[in-house]
Amino acid sequence: MDMHATKKKLGIKEKYAHMTRGLDWETSYQPMDKVFPQATFEGIKIHDWDKWEDPFRLTMDSYWKYQAEKERKLYAVLDAFAQNNGHLGLTDARYLNAIKLFLTGISPLEYVAHRGFAAAGRNFPGVGPRVACLMQSVDEMRHAQTQIHALSNYNKHYDGFHDFKHMLERVWYLSVPKSFFDDAFSAGPFEYMIAIGFSFEYVLTNLLFVPFMSGAAYNGDMATVTFGFSAQSDEARHMTLGLECIKFMLEQDPDNLPIVQKWIDKWAWRGVRVLTLVAMMMDYMLPKRVMSWKEAWEIYFEQNGGALFADLARYGITMPECLKQCSIDKEHIGHQAWATFYQYGGAAAFHTWMPSDDEMDWLSAKYPNTFDKYYRARFTHWRDEAEKGNRFYSNTLPMLCQVCQIPMLFTEPDDPTTICYRESDYDGEKYHTCSDGCKHIFDNEPQKYIQAWLPVHQIYQGNCFPEGTDPTVEGFDPLAKVLEWYHFDNGHDNLDFEGSRDQANFAAWRGMATKNT
Amino acid sequence: MAVQALKDYNFPSADSQDKFHGGQLLYVGWDDHLMFCAPFAFCLPPSMPFSELCEKVLPNSFGYHPEWAKVDFKAATWLKSGQPWQPDMSKTLAEQGLKHKDILRLKTPGLKGLAGSSS
Amino acid sequence: MSKVFIAFQRNEDTRPIIEAVLADNPHAEAIESPAMVKIDAEGSLVIKRESIEELIGRSFDLQELQMSLITISGHLDEDDDQFKLSWLN
Repeated sequence: MDMHATKKKLGIKEKYAHMTRGLDWETSYQPMDKVFPQATFEGIKIHDWDKWEDPFRLTMDSYWKYQAEKERKLYAVLDAFAQNNGHLGLTDARYLNAIKLFLTGISPLEYVAHRGFAAAGRNFPGVGPRVACLMQSVDEMRHAQTQIHALSNYNKHYDGFHDFKHMLERVWYLSVPKSFFDDAFSAGPFEYMIAIGFSFEYVLTNLLFVPFMSGAAYNGDMATVTFGFSAQSDEARHMTLGLECIKFMLEQDPDNLPIVQKWIDKWAWRGVRVLTLVAMMMDYMLPKRVMSWKEAWEIYFEQNGGALFADLARYGITMPECLKQCSIDKEHIGHQAWATFYQYGGAAAFHTWMPSDDEMDWLSAKYPNTFDKYYRARFTHWRDEAEKGNRFYSNTLPMLCQVCQIPMLFTEPDDPTTICYRESDYDGEKYHTCSDGCKHIFDNEPQKYIQAWLPVHQIYQGNCFPEGTDPTVEGFDPLAKVLEWYHFDNGHDNLDFEGSRDQANFAAWRGMATKNT
Repeated sequence: MAVQALKDYNFPSADSQDKFHGGQLLYVGWDDHLMFCAPFAFCLPPSMPFSELCEKVLPNSFGYHPEWAKVDFKAATWLKSGQPWQPDMSKTLAEQGLKHKDILRLKTPGLKGLAGSSS
Repeated sequence: MSKVFIAFQRNEDTRPIIEAVLADNPHAEAIESPAMVKIDAEGSLVIKRESIEELIGRSFDLQELQMSLITISGHLDEDDDQFKLSWLN
């Protein structure tokens, strides 16, 4: 990097003080509580907003300078990747399905995060957090844009990349991350900060980005590594903001503690459930594995999260009870999620497949307590049946959890052979959840979750067909109509990797790239 | 507990029975057969006899499993919301008190899934 | 005592930074992965501006670290001369 550190007129502490304080004023035409209507209804008490301090002490002038430099570096790489047919350097075309999941399930949420932080910044009466939220809001927009730009290159060559925004609002598995963010965004600004700024960014984001980007590096995906690390360079700042925010709330008033603890309990569990998709990606979708989900969980949650909660204990914060269950779940959720996508692979915008013998051996070695005992027979059976031309596609819609919206695939903490069933009655109707964590969230705010847009129920209500569809005509094929409504190219975007157009094209193009024919 | 909100917070359920065009939701899971990753969700007419559920609906959904052919409904037991429950094959769903969004678990003694792995 | 960590992209900009960090923090350990280096340290970790300047032969602004940071863990305190991560208990 050819940057010049110029001799400074002010040290960063003084500069930060000048550029994040005294920028606001007391309003006179309207009372302050009308200007900031969301500042108090959640019950959080703030006495002195000036106690807020960003430890990076980043000011807008430096922010623009460094962000501009990051963009220049990133786009140079993306151009080089496209110009040099970088997609043919991938380990295997199966890898592409991991980034299809990323583009459809994660990138649009970067955009939602952009809106969420803009709203939080608008609603906080303090200048320090407003500046920090502004920067993060701009960052999140940058992440959405750079991811879409980087992955658009794959859309020129492969299936399933073509309509991520449309899909996010409709497709059954994308309702999982979408509802997570909708839940956060529809809360107040303080809860949003705990949900996204702290629980997601601080506690869990490492588990999303670091394995994904290392996975991209392992599998020859230079474009994704580059946008990933470019985004990740902002994440350290976001994590710091999340941690700062929680310290700030806890130091401002002792009454804030129970509210903050309740939000941490809720959002840590919501986040963990969303990460089920990452577990599956790491254990099954990367042709060349980085580490197992279990290992990633141990490094980034058990060690790092453990250190965090040990530190926050001085404020009276305790580790959420539900997270203890994760030390059991880490041995199962990747396998359970992949089994789910495999059997519903007719309705996914990416390809699925069964692991090879080598890959199953890797899974046995990484999961000595569970893989052979609970999962190998299932996967071997499916593979044998597929070879006989009897590939398994489930023909009936699954039951979903009312809160996390994931099919009810999780097993009892003390019995991995039994599905975990929980239910609540509210206002004369039954609501089903997948775990104590999700049930607890439902029972705390039933009025919020009874409105959940559960894709399976919406299909049965007839709300997921293209306009003008008549489901009463003879020979009506509901699945085909739902896929049409999803904008899936049925037969190309979905089904098994074996026999897919992606598989054939990648093999043919790579052949052209390495041979003189 | 009430949702903390700026205004009155009261909205209807997204999945009340009146939205299902005369049908009702019924969830059915088959214990020890996790090859089916989750219980199935069905939207069925309340006038459907329980025998039809067992003879037509469930075989279509579970029939891929090699053990399905061995299921004996005379020996099978059921749980409804986790509690033992005895169906009457000749009665309809409504007649035996199955309500919208009820959940049943089918237990088939002796059948333990692929290679005994509960799969 | 808990561990703090910091991870950098592995490139020509971070090579001298990592070298300086490891020299200034003898208790720290570097773990290399594709495209990334993660440095773990018991309790705390300090990155010093002067040590980096010594290695690169030019003046350095610690905020340049943001260009190639991947992730951190621990409480951060940054001023003009040092970038410090620590847990308080």
